[in-house]
Parts: sequence; C-alpha cells; structure tokens
Amino acid sequence: MTKVSTETLTIALTKGRILKETLPLLAAAGIEPLEDIGKSRKLIFPTTVAGVQLLVQRGVDVPTYVKFGAADMGISGKDMLMEDGADSLYEPLDLEIAGCQLMTAAVVGSTRPPGRFKVATKYVNVAKQYYAAQGRQVDIIKLYGGMELAPIMNMADEIVDIVDTGNTLKANGLEPREFIADISSRLIVNKASMKMKHAKIQQVIDAIGKAVEAKRKA
Amino acid sequence: MTNADRWLLPDGVEEILPVQAQRIERLRGRLVDLYRCWGYDLVIPPLVEFTDSLLIGLGRDVDLMTFKVTDQISGRTMGIRADITPQTARMDAHSFVRQGPSRLCYAGHVLHTKPKHALATRTPIQAGAELYGEPGLDADIEVVSLLLASLQALNLPKLHIDLDHVGIYRSLAATAGFNGEQEEAFFELLQRKAATEIKAWVADNISDVAIAELLLALPNLAGDRAILDSAKQSFAAVGAVAAVAAIDELMQVADAVAARFPAAQLYFDLSELRGYHYHTGIVFAAYAPGYGIAIANGGRYDQIGEVFGRARPATGFTVDVSAVNSLALPLDVAVNGVFAAKSADLGQWQAIENLRAQGERVVCGFAGQEINRSELNCDRQLLLVDFEYQVVSL
Repeated sequence: MTKVSTETLTIALTKGRILKETLPLLAAAGIEPLEDIGKSRKLIFPTTVAGVQLLVQRGVDVPTYVKFGAADMGISGKDMLMEDGADSLYEPLDLEIAGCQLMTAAVVGSTRPPGRFKVATKYVNVAKQYYAAQGRQVDIIKLYGGMELAPIMNMADEIVDIVDTGNTLKANGLEPREFIADISSRLIVNKASMKMKHAKIQQVIDAIGKAVEAKRKA
Repeated sequence: MTNADRWLLPDGVEEILPVQAQRIERLRGRLVDLYRCWGYDLVIPPLVEFTDSLLIGLGRDVDLMTFKVTDQISGRTMGIRADITPQTARMDAHSFVRQGPSRLCYAGHVLHTKPKHALATRTPIQAGAELYGEPGLDADIEVVSLLLASLQALNLPKLHIDLDHVGIYRSLAATAGFNGEQEEAFFELLQRKAATEIKAWVADNISDVAIAELLLALPNLAGDRAILDSAKQSFAAVGAVAAVAAIDELMQVADAVAARFPAAQLYFDLSELRGYHYHTGIVFAAYAPGYGIAIANGGRYDQIGEVFGRARPATGFTVDVSAVNSLALPLDVAVNGVFAAKSADLGQWQAIENLRAQGERVVCGFAGQEINRSELNCDRQLLLVDFEYQVVSL
C-alpha cells in the first residue's frame, strides 16, 4: 500500500506539453526543480523548496497517485477527472492552461442512425453519461487514440474526444457536433493531505492562484 | 479450473496471516477494552439480517455496498452487513430498550460489494462505539473524546481530527432557497471544491449577491479554529440563523475537545459533508499520516431508530481497524516463544504448564522434529540443565 509522505509535499505533474505551461506557475509559487526536467530521465525531482518534490508522469496516472495519497497534490486535465469520477479529490484551482473542449464529432454531413448507435472514445464513462443524459442508449467502443479513424472506417457512428483547433477533425472529414464540457488543467489535492497539511498546501494553492490571475491579466 | 487459479481469493478479499492477525487482534482488544472502561457495552450483531432492518436510511451508498442473498426459509432478502451501525441502532430501538442513554460498542468484519475507495479491502474489520438517547452536545463531546482516546490507545503518533457540522450547509441551502435538485448539485461540487464549476453554477443559479459571495467563499472556509469566527460573521450577515447556531455548536465541541486533548490537531471544513444524507449534526473524522483517507468516521444521526418504532438521538463512530493495522504502528506484540523438544518426562510437562501459566508461548516438538526457528517462531528452548528444566536461548 502506498503511504502518504508525512514530511514532504509531493506534487505530481503531467509530462509533455502541459509541463511546459505548468513550470512557470510553480516557479511563481517559488517552486522550481533543481534540474532541467526536460533533459532528465528521472521521475522524481527535488525542488528549490526544501521538502517539496515533483513527480513527472503520464497525465492519466496523476489522479491515481493523488487518490492513493502517493502524491499530495497534482496537476491533471479536467477530462481525466471527469472520466475517473474523482470524488475523493479536491480540485480547488483552475490553472487555465491546456484549454480545449470535450465534444462529440461525426463524419461531415452524416446523420445519426435511429435507435442504438456506436460511439468510439477513450472517455468511456463520460460518453456513457453524456448520451444517457440525452436519453440515448449507445454502444461504446474503447480506443486509446486516433478516434477520427473509427467513423471513417465505419466502426463507429460518432466519437467523443477533446477538440482543440478542430484541424485534425477537418483533415479527416469529420466535424464537431455537440459540446460536452470545457476542459483545462486543474490543481488537484488529496483530501487527507488537505486536512493534515492544510497550511502548507493552502500556501501553494494561493501562490499558484495569484500566478494564474497575473497571467490572465497580462 | 487450473491448479494455479484455485488458491486465488476474490479481488479485495483478505486473509490475515499470523503476524498480522495477532496485531489486529491486539488493536481490536485495545479498542474494546477502552470502550468497556468508558461504559460502552460490547454487542455482537449477526453477520446477516433482513435488508429491511439493515438498509434503514443510512444513505444509498450502504444499499449498493451490501451483498444480498435470499433467505431460503422466509423468502425475504437478507443482506450481509456492510456497516454495523444500523444493527446497533436496531438493538437500541428494539432488542433491549433502555429508557436513559445507552452506550454500545462492537468490533467485527463487514463485507462490501466493492472497495469503498482506492485503498480499501472489501472485507474490512470495523470497531466502533455508539451512544443513543442523548441529544445534547455533551454526547458529541463524549464520542469525539472517545475517538481521540481510541487513537491514543492505538499508538497513533499524531491526532488529526476533522470536525464539521452538516447543519451549516443545510441551513445555507434553506436560506438560499435551493430546491432539492440545486441542493444536490451544489453539494456534489462542494465535495470536490471544484472552483471553476462552482463559479459557473453560482452565476447561473444565484441572483442574491451576498449569498452568491458566501457560496463562492464556502469551499475555502477550512482551516484551524480561527476560521469559525470569521465564518460565523459571514453566515450571520446573510441571515442563516441555523448555520450560526451550528457553528456555535461546533465551537463548543471543539473547545471542549481541545481542552481535553491539547495535542490533537483540529481541522474544520464547513463544506465537508460526509454522510450528509443521514447525518444530522456534528460530524467528524480522524486521519493518520501515512494513509490517504480517513481511518475513522463518525457523527450524529438522530431519528434513525424511527423505522423500528423508536426514534432516538444517536451519535457514534467507526474505526477502520484494517486501515490502522496497515499503518504498521509500533505494538508490543510478542510473537517469539519457547520450544520444548519431545520428552516423556512428566517434569517437562509441569515446566511447560508453569511457563504457559505465565503467559509464555510454548511449542511442543514431535519425535525427530528439526528445530526451525523462524517456522516455529521460537527464540528459546526448554532444556534439562542440572536436573532442572530451564529456558535457554535457541
């Protein structure tokens, strides 16, 4: 079983594009990794603040680490939180980075078949709930990437995916249809950590909150 | 079925091996002893009973968590208990009726259809204490104190207690004029302190500026005792009278508990609504460094006994003994013992009996048995030295 670290504050970060936007926010809170994360193969990084360490991992794993208390805080996309049903976490701060939309999409000009139809997505739970709320029963096909291919190859009637510019959809002859939710990166906190290390965690939330606000105004 | 899967246990179902079993038994024993010293009478409720008596409004979650079977004799549905609290409520309301306050405690296994959270087993061992028949704050103070005493008895290094009151949100929802759907929707958002969604929801649903401001501030009304004073003013400003009264209650309980347990770290979160659907007053939880969720939960649940024909004020708590054991706290569990090789001498038998009478663990060997220290868990042996049986190291 994973243990909540008692002395240190552990923050789980998503690697890749989101990391580049996250680091300046952490820096504004005075937390900077002691070495260049981009150039290292390590997974744990000490920071300029004694007792604060960073984990770098795949975005989909961040909520899991925070849920188990292996990390006290984390940065995770809202899409992951919606899919995970993150009831045991707090998400007190919108970082306003990596913004996009969760949408349904289908082949341009196609019409939805009557009755049950097929939806390809990696957001199985979100899709199920969304269509159920619309009063539609659907069969979900779980895919791990490249959703656009599924309707083209007639494997699915619609897809549910995150849409940023919409260029990938367009390039594959698909169009966005219905809006499901706005997505951005969130600061998440383990509930037990929040209660036991409140002062320390609140300090980090406030500092990052200020940085987000300053960035918005800039 | 191959030989390889024959031994597999279902997901989340635990067997407890010797060293852990002894630790758990020690933890359980300490709690039950402590509760006895506080006047809480031990009860042993049945593992299974009719769902009619098990599922008595302690939340929808309990229903989903309960395994159900059909009783071959009556044809009625039985549930394997997922929680012992409703069983003690039934006992208090019906099985043995006391006119004055009744204090009960228990310790035993419960079974869950799915793990309650990421860290949990489906067969946790719970120990708990319930106090029936006293509506006043003194009962709340007693059970919170007893929980803190439990944590001390379990050797927890730090006492982290989360103290809250469900009446605050209930009053705020009434003052804001929420309908049932709104109350539920905002409740969901509060549980996650989902800042962005809360902002959007308040903008869509609330026109009163002062109330909107308070709703937006609610997720951040958390911290030490100091937040209660400022929160009280905010709630008084919007005329949420019942919320102010609830905060007063919270302060009284907090101050009494802090005076009794100066080492306890009290944390307050006015948007914490564990068990909102059945709790009716002060609620509390205990956290331990090293475990990502609460190790004990409790609170007031008045009127639960109504379904048995006798509504009684009630408060109490449950400690997750399995979770506490997983923290591997230091416990004086002596596992080593004395090995006595096979002998036909009655003198050896008497020596063994003497050792056992002193509480010593003595393992008797069989003819030709090799001594395996770790398998036997013995660090000493009984030998005949100078015509006398003596314990010497192994």
